[in-house]
Amino acid sequence: MAMSFEYKVEGGDFTHAGYASSQVKKMLKQLGVDNNIIKRVVVCLYEAEVNIVAHAWRGVILINLDSERINMKLTDEGPGIADISLAMQKGYSTASPQVREMGFGAGMGLPNISTNADRFEIASEPGVGTTLEISILLNSRAV
Amino acid sequence: MLCLSSLQGDSHLKQLKMTIGEICSRVNGNLVIGKEKVSHEIEFAFASDLMSDVLTVKCDNLLLITGLANLQTIRTAEMSDAGCILIVRDKSVSDEMQKLASESGIPLITCCTTMFRAAGELYRAGLKPVF
Repeated sequence: MAMSFEYKVEGGDFTHAGYASSQVKKMLKQLGVDNNIIKRVVVCLYEAEVNIVAHAWRGVILINLDSERINMKLTDEGPGIADISLAMQKGYSTASPQVREMGFGAGMGLPNISTNADRFEIASEPGVGTTLEISILLNSRAV
Repeated sequence: MLCLSSLQGDSHLKQLKMTIGEICSRVNGNLVIGKEKVSHEIEFAFASDLMSDVLTVKCDNLLLITGLANLQTIRTAEMSDAGCILIVRDKSVSDEMQKLASESGIPLITCCTTMFRAAGELYRAGLKPVF
């Protein structure tokens, strides 16, 4: 079993934010993946998807799935992150008031991804964009 | 995933589950979406207007109590495997929110009370905190 999916995400489009995460959740349920693992996957993916909507101009989500793991690569075009170690600290956020009104921007997203992922890498170039790579083993024990 | 009600003051709480119908009745609410799930049982609740906080909760099938009424409330509940959403403070829920809640199979209740009162009434009735 090996599958790939790609989703496009528009910056600022909170109406459709979470669509890709929802589709992935439905697919994993259909495949019979453990519910605790599905939750870890979709929490990571949803946080990352909302980050693109909240901070970037546009982005692409690439999902690669096999019988052992799911790899999620989210590449955005946007302002990037100047200080990744600072962005990884709980409570640090550069989100706009509009994003905070939507219930996000509390500086919890990246730390929450790190908590739930089996592998999490982030790279960013200010003024260009950010790439997140998240992997979760589909047969691992829940965090 | 296991949820622990670990506060010392919660020790008096019975091992009680409440149906969505009972939750709705306790807060004098309106079950907008999910009438077919009126007998579905809920054991834990979490109250927050901050969706980022909701996404850190590792408990499934909980009642999400919130005053935030937008599409991301429903999406967050979906990703968190919430069993029901209670929108407090008489916030209106849009047609799009209702449609998404229906598609996601998540019952949606609205009520006029404050979050504090709704949470207090449901805690007194036996719903448990997640920590």
